[in-house]
Amino acid sequence: MSIDLKTIKHISKLARISVDEERAEKLAGDLNSIFDFIEKLNELKTDNVEPLTSIAETTLKLRSDEVKSKNIREQIIKNSPQDNEDYFVVPKVIE
Amino acid sequence: MSDITKQSLTELVENIKNKKLSSTDVTKAFIDRSEKSEELNAYITNDFTSAIDKAKKFDQKPNLDLKLPGIPMAVKDLFCTKNIKTTAGSKILNNFVPTYESTVTENIWNEGAILLGKLNCDEFAMGSSNETSFFGNVQNPIDKNLVPGGSSGGSASAVAGQLTPITIGTDTGGSIRQPASFTGIVGLKPTYGSCSRYGIVAFASSLDQAGPMAQNVKDCALLHEVISSYDPKDSTSIDFKRNHFSKELTNNIKGKKIGIPKEYRVDGMPKEIEDLWQKGIQYIKDCGAETIDISLPNTSYALPTYYIVAPAEASSNLARYDGVKYGFRAKGENLIDMYEKTRSEGFGAEVQRRIMIGTYVLSSGYYDAYYLKAQKVRKLIKNDFDDVYKKVDAILTPSTPSSAFKIGEKTNDPVSMYLNDIFTVPVNLAGLPAISIPAGHDSNGYPLGLQIIGKAFDEQNILNIAYAMEEKINFKNKITDWWIK
Repeated sequence: MSIDLKTIKHISKLARISVDEERAEKLAGDLNSIFDFIEKLNELKTDNVEPLTSIAETTLKLRSDEVKSKNIREQIIKNSPQDNEDYFVVPKVIE
Repeated sequence: MSDITKQSLTELVENIKNKKLSSTDVTKAFIDRSEKSEELNAYITNDFTSAIDKAKKFDQKPNLDLKLPGIPMAVKDLFCTKNIKTTAGSKILNNFVPTYESTVTENIWNEGAILLGKLNCDEFAMGSSNETSFFGNVQNPIDKNLVPGGSSGGSASAVAGQLTPITIGTDTGGSIRQPASFTGIVGLKPTYGSCSRYGIVAFASSLDQAGPMAQNVKDCALLHEVISSYDPKDSTSIDFKRNHFSKELTNNIKGKKIGIPKEYRVDGMPKEIEDLWQKGIQYIKDCGAETIDISLPNTSYALPTYYIVAPAEASSNLARYDGVKYGFRAKGENLIDMYEKTRSEGFGAEVQRRIMIGTYVLSSGYYDAYYLKAQKVRKLIKNDFDDVYKKVDAILTPSTPSSAFKIGEKTNDPVSMYLNDIFTVPVNLAGLPAISIPAGHDSNGYPLGLQIIGKAFDEQNILNIAYAMEEKINFKNKITDWWIK
């Protein structure tokens, strides 16, 4: 298997990480060596194996649907990179 | 008392309870040594001024019934601490100040401990050498330019270097046990679901566990007792009866059956590691326990499985860092451009690499071939453990395939870096508890660790085995204080 530059560009779009040509080439090299190593799993036949989806063998507990944190707007906004007191601010979305 | 920082947690608690030492004495001693230890780069953020205030306040009205009465301690910078910057070793969280406290640290402060500061770690706990931190390398107190291991590298360095009497780390694929092994200390990765993940910066949610790191097994047991709790705020926290691990600690392990898995004898493993393992087997026998050869046939598939599961979960968890609600934001021409530049400039190379791997294995057309396949192999790995635990009570292996390596030695070869976790990763995939204890030195005098893996929720048993072995091993860490001028 080989991951080419086009694939790297595609993944970087999906991951929302901008990648320039130089980085893309480096990443392609790294990912190819990592996937060569991962391909080892193909040695194993797993057709009849149930996938392990949760390691904790318990069912989720139910709880009553109550509001526990009230009036924490200030706390939520506190760490935002840009705000105007009551809202998160992002670059303009609608032209 | 000039030797305060040399004392174990158990001794410090004893001395504070007997009023031989005050919390202020102890706190000042660790702060003083931490300040002289800047070269280790173990801290990202310190909170020394308020630590002294808290210690003085404790001394005015000491509650000596607590388990950690006035004990100062620094914690890995992956735990959210209210009003104290929490970075996860990343530029993207460089300005993040949590408005809430993680459950694990809350448990610690409730037992009387005092925060010294936040310890360096690999970025988002992704690394095995602490070299991926935005805040720079951490030095190993054992020798200059030696990695302390990772990702809890600052934590390991701080305990081995006596900057803090104990600490907590997190372990997703070996991040407590490998650095503990590299620095000659004890580190426990608890059963998945024993310690709450609430307020811990998430890496791979089905693998992440917090755990104690300490100078000896007894200290480790005491700290584990404090941090392990059922927490409704973590949906995978498990409600079971927790032991008083330190009180119930015993070196009587007569008749216990310890498995020795042949698959851990890997190609190219140094003879020193094999010899250490054999010594460990002898110690087990000297303690009156029995060793049994066992097989965990799917061991060699654990690391490739981990490098699908962990990045997949990481790519989902780290989607939240978009420059909108908190953290670093880069300027962009529009919203998408802002996202892409924020993540490109805010994440380091290793984190980007893992997000890319995770995005790829979860992407349309590849999900079955990679992610589903990995979940199936994960099941086989867990089945291996379930099978052997019908015959044995615990398993003994080396903690790592080598001793600590030099800074820069493996940074250009991700796969060789990943191979460092070959003995620790299977435990996380199966959700089991395991402890690393220092057990010997290599020819350079660098520490080597042995790992004891237990059944789920059987921490008491592996702590007991570790405690019994510790007595036989009588390990002395070779700390020369080389970094103190």
